[in-house]
Amino acid sequence: MVALISAVLVITRRNAVHSVIWLIVTLLSVGGIYLLLHAEFLFAVQIILYVGGIMVLFLFVVMLVNLDVAVRQSPFSRQWLLALGTVLVLLLELAYGIYRGQGLRLPQVAPVVEAQGNTQALAGALYQNYMLPVEIASLLLLVAMVGAVIMAKRKIE
Amino acid sequence: MNPIPTEWYLFLGGGLFTIGVIGVLTRRNVLVILMSIEIILNAVNINLLAFAKYFQSVDGQVFALFVITDAAAEAAVGLGLIIALFRNKETVNADEIDLLKW
Repeated sequence: MVALISAVLVITRRNAVHSVIWLIVTLLSVGGIYLLLHAEFLFAVQIILYVGGIMVLFLFVVMLVNLDVAVRQSPFSRQWLLALGTVLVLLLELAYGIYRGQGLRLPQVAPVVEAQGNTQALAGALYQNYMLPVEIASLLLLVAMVGAVIMAKRKIE
Repeated sequence: MNPIPTEWYLFLGGGLFTIGVIGVLTRRNVLVILMSIEIILNAVNINLLAFAKYFQSVDGQVFALFVITDAAAEAAVGLGLIIALFRNKETVNADEIDLLKW
């Protein structure tokens, strides 16, 4: 509930700084839902990486780029009516799909006895079954870092 | 064992996803559009974790971790783009960036 309300506030605030603050509230409550879903490691990652890292980056850029003009003019683009109609269709479709799937029970896998903690299980899966994706993700992060630095540089000699 | 049924998480994820799409489609500020993309990625993560719990499997959590990694990379590159854009065009409005249009 908090997540939904604050997410609505993110996209309706006129001032981008307020949007960032409300996005932090959204991310924190989503992190709480992770905890509810027994994903303790992802909860920690959410707090540290998202709220601590990405949001500070966002706030920094918002402060850097802050325009007083943007606060005065309308925050929505001209196509908002068409966009809202399209999204309404999307929402109805999603809700209908979930509603129809409610009665249907997927084959339940035999529950594994959790002898180890969540972090331990996750690390085991990451470094045994998902070795190649981890390497690809690290390469992706490297490329993203180099790309961000190059694009933010003033002039490439 | 599971007091909250999986469908509720799916409805929450769908709602968050829809809000994010509304933000992407209707806002003018590129920064807010990037934030809406973060909301969309979080909605996807909620769905992944709900099903990971439903199937008692850790694979969905691994996938969610990769989604978070990609979100970090995307935020870094996107913000770099915005800084470069602001330096050249002095604007962060999506509908004033029309270099490809004539």
